[in-house]
Formats: sequence, structure tokens, C-alpha cells
Amino acid sequence: MGQVHMRVYRGNSEGGQLKDYDVQVEEGMVVLDAIHKLQATQASDLACRWNCKAGKCGSCSAEVNGKPRLMCMTRLNEFKEGQTITVAPMKTFPLMKDLATDVSYNYEVNKRIPPFTPKEGAAWSWEQEDVDRVQEFRKCIECFLCQDTCHVLRDHDKMGKFAGPRFFVRIASLEMHPIDALDRTELLKNEHGLGLCNITKCCTEVCPESIHITDNAIIPLKERVVDKYYDPLRILWNKVFGK
Amino acid sequence: MSDNYQSFEYDVLVIGAGGAGLRAAIEASAAGCKTGLVCKSLLGKAHTVMAEGGIAAALATVDSRDSWRQHFCDTLIGGNLGNHWKMAEIHAKQAPDRVRELEKWGAVFDRTTDGKGNINVRHFGGHTYKRLAHVGDRTGLELIRTLQDKGVHSGIDVHMECTIYSLLKDGEKVAGAYGYFRETGRPVLFKAKSIILSTGGIGKLYFVNSNSWECTGDGFALGYLAGAELADMEYIQFHPTGMVWPPSVRGLLITEGVRGEGGVLKNNKGERFMFKYIPPKYQGKYAETEEEANAWFQKVVVEGQKEETVKERKPPELMSRDVVARALWTEIKEGRGTEHGGVDLDVASRRSAEDIKKKLPSMYHQFKQLADVDITKVPMEVGPTCHYMMGGIKVDPETQMSNVPGLFAAGECSAGMHGSNRLGGNSLSDLVVFGKLAGEHAAAYAKKASAPKIDESKLAGLNQEMNQPFENQGGEVSYKIMADLQTAMEKGAGMYREEGPLEQCLKDLESLKERLKKVSAEGNRLFNPGWHVALDLRNMLVVGEAVARAAKERKESRGGHTRTDYTGYSKEFAKKRILIRQKGGKMEVVREDLPQIPAELEKELVDAHLLKPEILKQLRGEA
Repeated sequence: MGQVHMRVYRGNSEGGQLKDYDVQVEEGMVVLDAIHKLQATQASDLACRWNCKAGKCGSCSAEVNGKPRLMCMTRLNEFKEGQTITVAPMKTFPLMKDLATDVSYNYEVNKRIPPFTPKEGAAWSWEQEDVDRVQEFRKCIECFLCQDTCHVLRDHDKMGKFAGPRFFVRIASLEMHPIDALDRTELLKNEHGLGLCNITKCCTEVCPESIHITDNAIIPLKERVVDKYYDPLRILWNKVFGK
Repeated sequence: MSDNYQSFEYDVLVIGAGGAGLRAAIEASAAGCKTGLVCKSLLGKAHTVMAEGGIAAALATVDSRDSWRQHFCDTLIGGNLGNHWKMAEIHAKQAPDRVRELEKWGAVFDRTTDGKGNINVRHFGGHTYKRLAHVGDRTGLELIRTLQDKGVHSGIDVHMECTIYSLLKDGEKVAGAYGYFRETGRPVLFKAKSIILSTGGIGKLYFVNSNSWECTGDGFALGYLAGAELADMEYIQFHPTGMVWPPSVRGLLITEGVRGEGGVLKNNKGERFMFKYIPPKYQGKYAETEEEANAWFQKVVVEGQKEETVKERKPPELMSRDVVARALWTEIKEGRGTEHGGVDLDVASRRSAEDIKKKLPSMYHQFKQLADVDITKVPMEVGPTCHYMMGGIKVDPETQMSNVPGLFAAGECSAGMHGSNRLGGNSLSDLVVFGKLAGEHAAAYAKKASAPKIDESKLAGLNQEMNQPFENQGGEVSYKIMADLQTAMEKGAGMYREEGPLEQCLKDLESLKERLKKVSAEGNRLFNPGWHVALDLRNMLVVGEAVARAAKERKESRGGHTRTDYTGYSKEFAKKRILIRQKGGKMEVVREDLPQIPAELEKELVDAHLLKPEILKQLRGEA
């Protein structure tokens, strides 16, 4: 394949810029291979996260030519010959160094989600179709690209008020589990700010696991919130019966 | 350079946050111990996440004939009797409870289709019956996410992106660990009454491997340098089916589940060659003709008939990994390989496109995206890849404690459970069975232990050692040394071993050690991968030497240790295990008696036709 021109973000929390590199590449390489090649030959201190290099761990998230992608699943031959490949860190999260960002917000949100709580005395048996949807959500590899692209977090900086698509998927996987006993609707409405999502589906578009985040997780959760808090009949019922 | 280290104190410190570490931390915390968990990566990204096919446990939800005894025997035969029988017994007995426990903690396994809504299980190499609970081909993700979500609500302190450089002792017993945070480079001290090593494997020692960057053998080296004995270091599993093309993904794993779902191996003449390679220990258990194997496939996999009602035997593609890997290697070496030096793994002609996408979604995705190959239409090209270390820190089978008081090990970095070859699916169960035991016993130990005492005046010297690559001006970068190490291991201590190349490998490792002393790192300690690799290399070189020395000592072929100059099982070595330990700053190699299965238990299993005396004889080199 020869040589590829890359621009890679170099810097830390105090600032930085895109830097130009020419990288020798071989057939079949992905963007992460090119980054590794850079580390081995030109920039050994270039920070980037990776683990599996097979799209299974969700570590090597970055913005490649402006799009949130996993570097390990982005083939170089997707780009036109001679096209510059720009690799920048995820914008939504504070920068640590180069391509590595501080994603600790996500771990904090996860802690605030009440875990799976099985119904007492429930039978531990169910059919495959009862869990197909839950399994779709559990495919999530926590790459946080959905969090990165979501404008509520990215442009409106609602960290702390808005859990983000990843965690709506997580909550949906619990709420739709056949024998989970909890109701996390109030939490969704208040603490996790589900109402701030205006279903632009950007999260679904960037999901490397093709989880239907908006249609299958967020919208059904919004419906639960609406049913519980904004259903006129229910409001009337509650007024009449003083609940 | 900053000597200003952060300091934490725990009852139990767990180093490594894959399946074993997480399970251990959950157990230690549940026992009331203040527990710290150190992850080299972000939480939930450890190599466990890549496990695909399933978790082995005799749940008997699909085949009622299954039992812990059968699982135990399959594990021993799969390990060619190199296992510590007691660990294999504990594992087979406790695995079903650990799987059900995962379900209670929120894991969502695939279900049976018999209307009973049970946990479904699938076939895997070397397991007599369907035995692997699974979630499509992403079982490891399910396991780690379940443990992670359980763990974050268990009061465990998690330290992410933190690498341990050295264990610290108070006299004979373990007292703490010292390392650095990857983001800042800042040193950190953990004082602890007991420590569990659960750092995973060594795949990065080989050029073609299926492992993540983390698998640099840290636990083996940390333990060894702190005085722990290593055992079985010659037993390395080369998984038969790694990707071979394109070069950038060489070694990447293709789950055994492909064969479990009907995939067959073919050479460049289109022959299903595995029928030629059935070793005596598996004779009578596998189909001997293509017709028989196809009939089994049709009835069991396609029509879903109960196996106990089917007279045909299962296809030889489902034999244990060591057997299949050697068969592939032979086919490739004798010129019957594919264009890129592999063989064909064909599931396209066996299953519908829809079935393949449903049963093997991440394989479909992986090939489509990384190799432009549609596995529903054409075969995959596959070849052996370094996958798993059976050896490791020698532990007590019931408590998981090493010979160093207070130092425990669980998962891939401990030895004994798998013998000379691990069966697919037995690693995930190993993690949760022995992770739990390690957590339980490390907690019990910590409760009786006094507060750890550490001579903090030594820490400045360790920090100086860690900082050395920045002070070495004009040396080579760590990546070059790592690449040469991988080549040396591949050549000298790879899938096939021989006295001369092993000796050369040891010489190569010596010269790499010299080069490492002069390694340079550019920049500073802020998130600096070149520096991280320089420090990981010390561990990799310790492990490489242990592997080569143990491999040189074992003059026979057994499972994941194949010698071209000593083929076959030897009576002399059958009941021995090779130990590696530090003596006077040098590596010492010792032969030790491997505990043998008690005579009464052996008789019981033979009488129940679960073990065959002639196979035992053969594996013991007595036939």
C-alpha cells in the first residue's frame, strides 16, 4: 500500500495540536495499526488506549476524520489514496494525553445505577425470545463513542445531569430483564436526565455493535417515564384518589 | 522524576481485573475485608473480554448424561494427565454453581429450545458432552461485565490504569506492591496483608498471538521475583484457529465455536484432514469417516436431535486444541496449506447465512470488517496462534496460596488446573472457581495477619529503576527489543521445540537482557506507552527464560509442549512437574513429583467407564 499521510493530535490537558506524520503501511492495516507503527518508529510516547484489536473491548475509541470510530475496526483502505487521515481524541471527555481521554465520568454514572435485583422466588427459567432484547443491550462494549457523539454531553456539557446513551442502554437491559424487580423510572426522569435526549439517533449511528440505542432502549424508556408521570388519565386518577 | 508516591492500605489487594481478579475481589470484599483492585487497563477491558465460545460446567441442561466426574475426566485427558488432579476435581465440582451464580448476578446466557428455558450449552473440543454455557460468541464480555457491575456495588476500591512493578515483602511474607499510574506516571504504594495475582497470560512473548497488549506475563514475573515457585511453564497452548490474513490481524482468534457449530477444516486439496490425526487417546470417541461425521452433524447440530439417541460419533475437528493445532501445522508444513500459509475453516457450506450470523455474530463481523471476507460465503483461512499459558505460579489447590505466605494466584497466571493442555471453555470456569477460592482464602489469611510493615526507604530505589529508561540517553526504543524477543521465542520456544534452538533462545534472551539495560524512553512519565513497554519487558524476559528452561528440561512431548527430539510420552516425565524458582539471583530448574489421582478415585472412574486403563497407561508412558 505504501505510505499514508496522517495528522494525529498531540498534547495534554494544557493544550496541543495536530501533528503531521507519514507512515509506511501494509495491506489490511487498520488505523490502530498505523498508530502502532508510529509508536514503534517515530513517536514512542504517543498515548493511545487499546486492548483486543478486534472490536471487542472498546478501548481504542477516537475521532477519525471527524467521525467517532474504533481505530481497530477502521481499515485504511476505506480512505481514498492520498487522503489525509486525521486522528483526534474523543472531544466530549477531558484530554489526558494525545488520544487518551479521561472517561471516568462513565464509571461514576454506572455506580449510580441500582444493579440487577431478581424478584424473590422467581423461576430462573425463560425462553430465548424473552431475553433477545436484553442480550442486544448487553452486547455493549463500553467504547463510549455514543457518549462522545451525543450533543447533550458533547455540546451542552450536561455531565452530571445526563447519564448518556450508554447508560440508558444499561438501564434498559436491567428494566427489560424478565425477573428484575426494580423500577428505575424515577431515576431516569430525575437523576439521569432522560428527558434531555431529543432522539436525534446520533448514538445509534456510531455504535460499533449496531445496538438500536434510540429505538430499542431510549424510546421505550421514555414511554415508561411518560406513562408514569405524564399520562393524563393517571394524573386524574392520582388526583381523585389522592395519591 | 517524582518520588512522591501515593499510598493505600488494604486487607486484600488484587492485582489484575479480568474474570479471576474481579471474582476474587468480590469474594474478599464479601468476607468483610477492605479490598483494592488494580487494573492495568480501564475496568472491564481485560483480556477476559475476548473469550468467545463459552464457560464449561457440567450443568447437564442439554445432555443429562453429563456429570462433574465426566468433566473432571475430560479435563485430565485433555491435559494429558499433566494436571494437578485436585484442582481439576475442585473445578469440575464447583463450576456449575459458579455459572448459576453469574446468572443471579445478571448474566444473560443463551437458552435451551426444549421449552424448559434452561441455560443452553454447546459442544467444544475435548468435552464429551455439550457443556459450554454461552452468549453467542461473546461469553467473555458477558462474564466480565457481570462481575464488573457486581463489583462496583461491592465496596471494592478500583485503581484503573495502574501497573505494578514490584511486590514488597516483610521478611518471608508478602506485605505490599509498588508501581505507577499509567496516566500520570506517578508512583504508588499499596500496603496489603494478602495479595492475589490474577494478571492473565503471556501471549505478547510471541509474534503470532491472540492476546491483548496487557498479556506480558506480569504476575509470573512479579511472583517469581518475590520468591514464588513457577510450575509447568513449558506448557503453552497454541490455538489452532487464528486468523492468518491480512498480516495486521495475524493471530487474532477465531472461536472454537465455529467448529462447535459445524465448521470443518480442509487443506488446499479440499480434504477434511482431521480424520488422519486421531491420537490413540481419542480413538473410538470421534467419527472415523466423513459420512459418519456428516451424519452426526446433520442429526445433532442441524436437526437438534439429542446426542444420546444418535449412534454416530462427533467429528474429529472437535478434538482438543493441542491435537488440532499439531494437525494444522503438519498440513501447512507438508505443503497442503492455503495461499497465506493456513488451512480452510469452512462453515459457509455447512450452515445457512442466517444461522452463521445468529450463532457467530462477532466472527462474521470480524472477518467482514478486517479481512473483507464473508464467512457465510467462503471459508476462513486459519493457522495456529499463541493463546494460553497452562503453567504459572504454583499454588495450593484448595487455597490458591503460593509458597510465599500471603501471596495467592488465580486464573491464567496460576498453574495446575489444565495440565499440559487446556480445554476450551475451561478457562472462564477456572477464573470464577479459583477466583472465588483465592478471594475467600486471601481474606481468611488477611483476617489473621498483622498490619503489613514496609521498609519505605527502599521505594526510592525502585522508582529510580522505573525511571532508568529516561536517563539512558541514545539507547534503542523498547518496541524494537519487544519485536526481537517475540522472534526469539517464536523460533526457539514456539510450538515445536528442540534442544539446540532452545539453547539458542536462552542465549538470545541473555543478549536482550543486556539491550534492555540500555533501553531509552523519550518524553516524560505522562501516559507514555514506549516507557510502559520498557518496564513490561523485564517481566517478559523473566517469563521467556522460564519457558525456555522448563521446555529444555522436559524431554518428552505432552500437550502444549512438543519436542521434535523427544516425541511421545515418557514414563520418566509423566509424573513429574518442572518447577522454576529463584536461587541466588539465578533461575533454578527443579523436577518435582506431580501429585497423582488417588487409587480409589481412579478405580471408581475406571469402573464407571469414564477413564480407560489403556489410555492412562499410554499417557503415563507405560504403554
